[in-house]
Amino acid sequence: MRGGPAGSPIYGVAAEFEDAARLLDALHELRRRGYQRLDACTPFPVHGLQEALGLRRSPLGWAALAAGLAGASGALLLQWWTGSVAYPLVIGGKPFFALEVSVPVAFELAVLLASFAAVGGMLALNGLPRLYHPSLRHSRFGRASDDRFLLIIESDGPQFQPERALEALRSLGGRQAEVLEE
Amino acid sequence: MATVSSSTESALVLGRPSLAEVTRTVAGIVERRTPRAWWAAFALTGSLTLVLLAMLGYLVTTGIGVWGNNSPVGWAFDITNFVFWIGIGHAGTLISAILYLFRQRWRTSINRFAEAMTLFAVACAAIFPMFHVGRPWRAYWLFPAPNAWLDLWPNFRSPLIWDVFAVSTYGTVSLLFWYVGLIPDLATLRDRAQSRARQVIYGVLSLGWRGSARHWNHYEMAYLLLAGLSTPLVLSVHSIVSFDFAVSLLPGWHTTIFPPYFVAGAIFSGFAMVVTLMVVARQAFGLQHLVTMKHLENMNKVMLATGLIVGYAYGVEFFIAWYSGNPYERFAFVNRALGPYSWAYWIMVGANVLAPQCFWFRRLRTSVPAMFAISILVNIGMWFERFVIIVSSLHRDFLPSAWGMFRPTWVDLLTLAGSFGLFLTLFLLFVRFLPLISMSEVKGMMAAREGA
Repeated sequence: MRGGPAGSPIYGVAAEFEDAARLLDALHELRRRGYQRLDACTPFPVHGLQEALGLRRSPLGWAALAAGLAGASGALLLQWWTGSVAYPLVIGGKPFFALEVSVPVAFELAVLLASFAAVGGMLALNGLPRLYHPSLRHSRFGRASDDRFLLIIESDGPQFQPERALEALRSLGGRQAEVLEE
Repeated sequence: MATVSSSTESALVLGRPSLAEVTRTVAGIVERRTPRAWWAAFALTGSLTLVLLAMLGYLVTTGIGVWGNNSPVGWAFDITNFVFWIGIGHAGTLISAILYLFRQRWRTSINRFAEAMTLFAVACAAIFPMFHVGRPWRAYWLFPAPNAWLDLWPNFRSPLIWDVFAVSTYGTVSLLFWYVGLIPDLATLRDRAQSRARQVIYGVLSLGWRGSARHWNHYEMAYLLLAGLSTPLVLSVHSIVSFDFAVSLLPGWHTTIFPPYFVAGAIFSGFAMVVTLMVVARQAFGLQHLVTMKHLENMNKVMLATGLIVGYAYGVEFFIAWYSGNPYERFAFVNRALGPYSWAYWIMVGANVLAPQCFWFRRLRTSVPAMFAISILVNIGMWFERFVIIVSSLHRDFLPSAWGMFRPTWVDLLTLAGSFGLFLTLFLLFVRFLPLISMSEVKGMMAAREGA
């Protein structure tokens, strides 16, 4: 990877945009010009951003489904095994195991594990928690959690030309276009 | 059509503030110097919390007999307080999950606040059954871990164990939901932090969130999943709490109407608590343009609707008691309305059925003093509802020789007061250190309005 001004490798370039509409216009234009590795930092989920970046639908639903099924079947197994194998105890003449009375605990454990999968999966797919990211180096990064929108063109290898990318961002209305080092 | 929708939208955020103004208003509450009034309130609620700790300490060192529970009234203030606090929490989940799935935009400014209320209410609720077992240091026996003495497992055929799973799942999932919602706002606080301590604390709590489009893609899916999971969860929790009663054979408890009736009552009492706290908070922090009269009016409408469901359930209980032809059931209900605890019954009817009828009138529905007074009445009424269900059903056993009465001791009363202290203390800490309105969601709603 080519060296930046200080000799360290370049992560990409970034510029600040005034509002979400200009950010989306710029993203569409950059994709038309052939930039593939794009990202944006925004203070809220911007409608249309996934489409503009060509992001696929998050697969978290499948993780939650699998964890939920594991929770429910695990709970049924637990209730059957403790009640009729490990310590069978006659209480009010009730059967040692019955599906009906096992539903509440199975349901609760399904919800619990599915929620863990949804949150844990979200953090894992996002690579969080993490202490550092090159986009934090942008001088206006703090505004991206307030009222501004950061557009990032990530480097895609040695053929990446930061000067051209900076020029592209400026021409599309981006301000404070900067090179981000790794 | 377009004008109609834009006028309702604007009623949710007044004065068209910019995105930066939203950040300043909400984050500013956390960043400015602690107001004197906050310290005064904190001193008061903190002292009440100490009262709670003292009462629990007294209970543990002396024995469960310091409460007024007796035979036949084995469940009294403890279970009443437990059901009361769990019910309070339900409005938070309703607002954050169910209204989210229904795309009700008015939930946006109040959901964070209501979710925090859920967490603190569940924390207060958990105290009571834990100490009611008498030996709280062995409360973990309720979980499926074989204990050292007998290799015993919990009895999964009992609704009391279902309750343990329901409440602990509810508390955990509510915490996840609340925290996930907080992450982007914590990042905002981190980016605005001036002092090193704030940078580190909010930096750690925000987990390195940077609002990347890829983050939001997974984040929105996770949030939707949590909303979808919390919706049946919240309905299950109070249904399972009601099983504690409905699965028994006691007249007054053994009723199939209990699950929906309990869920409606929980939402009713929870909204009353949100209104009580929100009316004070929006005044104290100058949030009238983000939490508008439209929000308050909608909450009052929910209270009116759920209050009617609760009133209907009271009526149906009496009808079924008569229609069943069961003399014990009939006696239990006649005794409820005319017996020694009839005063509690009529407080309940007055506060839960009659008081919310004021909300039919727009003038009262949009009057802050009126809604504050009515919400307090509903809080009181819903506590008495649980008291009536529990104590009035227990105190007249099947045989008159086993009849008894319950009178709360000073420990009962101070423990209840102390639980309010804990709840309000946690709340004060929340409004002081965390953003009490979801900034990222309010901004997203404003942007959607601009775009439309």
